Amino acid sequence: MTGMDDLIHALEAEYKREIPEFRPGDIIRFYERVSEGARERLQPFEGVVLKISGSGTRTMVTVRKVAAGVGVERTVPVYSPKLERIEVVKRHGIRKGRPYWLRRVARIHKIG
Amino acid sequence: MALELIGKKVGMTQWFDGEGRSVPATVVLVEPAVVVQVKAPEGDGYAALQLGAGAVEERKVTKPVLGHFRRAGVSPRRHLFEVRVGDPGAFSVGQEFGVDVFAPGERVDVTGVSKGRGFQGTIKRWGFSSRPKSHGHKWIRRPGTAGPTGFRKVIKGKKYPGHYGADRITVQNLEVLKVDVERRLLVLRGSVPGPRTGLLRIRKRDA
Repeated sequence: MTGMDDLIHALEAEYKREIPEFRPGDIIRFYERVSEGARERLQPFEGVVLKISGSGTRTMVTVRKVAAGVGVERTVPVYSPKLERIEVVKRHGIRKGRPYWLRRVARIHKIG
Repeated sequence: MALELIGKKVGMTQWFDGEGRSVPATVVLVEPAVVVQVKAPEGDGYAALQLGAGAVEERKVTKPVLGHFRRAGVSPRRHLFEVRVGDPGAFSVGQEFGVDVFAPGERVDVTGVSKGRGFQGTIKRWGFSSRPKSHGHKWIRRPGTAGPTGFRKVIKGKKYPGHYGADRITVQNLEVLKVDVERRLLVLRGSVPGPRTGLLRIRKRDA
């Protein structure tokens, strides 16, 4: 039957919101809502975008940073209500769609 | 009241639950149902509602069935089905039920016909293990023995290759994530049997 995907997209539209444009290789920062007991606070996570997968409201983004000498990669749904906002820190003109070689780059802020 | 409605599988997507976790979800288009006949223990021998759902052109309905709808005073529907109820006196002919009988957080059972898979071997149909493809093995996906030696017959119901799928399957206890009354859509957590556009029966679970 035609139009069935439209029905699903109409439902997903509820999660649609303003997200800044970013590409693999860019440095982004997202703020995640973390609840500690009754209190809720925002936890920022800043790093380089290694991968963007999925489409529409089902888009996932993998972000890598180096924390205390240890590489940390987080994959989160871009349209998750848990993410308060996403900021683009720095844009890089990376040509690859999956810049995994950035894992071996020590100073990511200097690339591009 | 274990009310049952008919719906159509629209497809699957992901949904965010109350805690912001992403969960698998199925979207179902629910057809509004109208009571065509109320069956009471006196006369019918049991208590049930006969419901009609789905649009259909009047010329496509056979005359006897059309007469049945005429008597109820409702326009003909594509599907007629029965739902057992405790107290048939609480319902009347012509009464309508829509998606709004469901509420988010509620649990439902969904019945449908699973995807037909044709003639399948024991591995896909019954979950048998396959044997190594190398190291001198000759039979990799064959069913193995039919039974003990000297037994002279095969036990009835022995798991063998054959037709798989297209069975009536009920998935119980699915959580309702969202009810969209305007679009007649229901978002359920998890998967339901059958292909997209497949017909489903959605049953409210008694608390």
